[in-house]
Amino acid sequence: MVSCQKVLQELSNYIDNDVDLDLRERIENHLKTCHRCSVVLDTTRKTVRIYSDEGVLEVPGGYSQRLREFFLRSAKE
Amino acid sequence: MTETFFSATYLQYVNSRKFDLQMTQTGTPQRAYADDATLIERIRAGETELFLELIQPYERSIYLLAYSVLKNQADAEDAAQETVLKAFRHLDQLRSERTFKSWLLQIAMNEARIRRRNNHGYLYQSLDGMTEGPEDGEVAPRQFADWREIPSETLDRKEVREQLNKALYDLPEKYREAFLLRDVQHLSEKEAAEVLGISLSAVKIRLHRARMQLREKLTPLFKKRWRDRLPFRKGEKPW
Repeated sequence: MVSCQKVLQELSNYIDNDVDLDLRERIENHLKTCHRCSVVLDTTRKTVRIYSDEGVLEVPGGYSQRLREFFLRSAKE
Repeated sequence: MTETFFSATYLQYVNSRKFDLQMTQTGTPQRAYADDATLIERIRAGETELFLELIQPYERSIYLLAYSVLKNQADAEDAAQETVLKAFRHLDQLRSERTFKSWLLQIAMNEARIRRRNNHGYLYQSLDGMTEGPEDGEVAPRQFADWREIPSETLDRKEVREQLNKALYDLPEKYREAFLLRDVQHLSEKEAAEVLGISLSAVKIRLHRARMQLREKLTPLFKKRWRDRLPFRKGEKPW
């Protein structure tokens, strides 16, 4: 059986499917019985999902227009 | 530069250019008909007017990465403008094995770092070394509360957006950059490593720490409230 510490250490790799099959199975067995680790896994996944659309991060109004205007002005120089 | 680039027709075309791009619900542009490689080929063959179309889906990413380094809107916009110009002037240097996006973001990262150095900000930067010491980021979870369901309308609320932005920008810079490139901008590990100039294993470590720290920061915002645990809903009397 794998420890909580090991599961938490490998959490990101587990989410990214970047652990070998044996470790994956041991982590999954651990998660079946450990509520705390399951919550951390679930909430970490939610965290990743929330930011997976960069639309949640703010960009100043008019930025795109200013960028284009600058480009059109400068590219001819 | 060709004359056609700046013709009145072209400027009109640029100003009204929603012609072949579709917006998703969240405002992220998607290419409707052409992929980057095709556009790049056409630009290299002389259709330079297509360049703004090429960078359009990445405008946001460029700004966000520059802002992540500079933490200042005006500086980040300057860096973004310089990035686009450099990408245009050096498009012939893009190697086929690299994606345009990661190449563009690498230019943005370099521009932002140069700007910060020129602003003398480097005097105040921590030694953002290549090694990942345990002292500055190992996160043992402290929050074990389960989260409630988060409908997309919640994420659209201004105060929630502000907290999501704050949580990200409060992360140590090296973790924030790894998270931005991997989880927000969806570069591969290898691409993120190239943009940041660090090893693959450093990317993994930084990403892990970023996720864990962000999760801690967001838990107070999204954890189940006492009323979420009640067996009846608001307005429905249990008796």
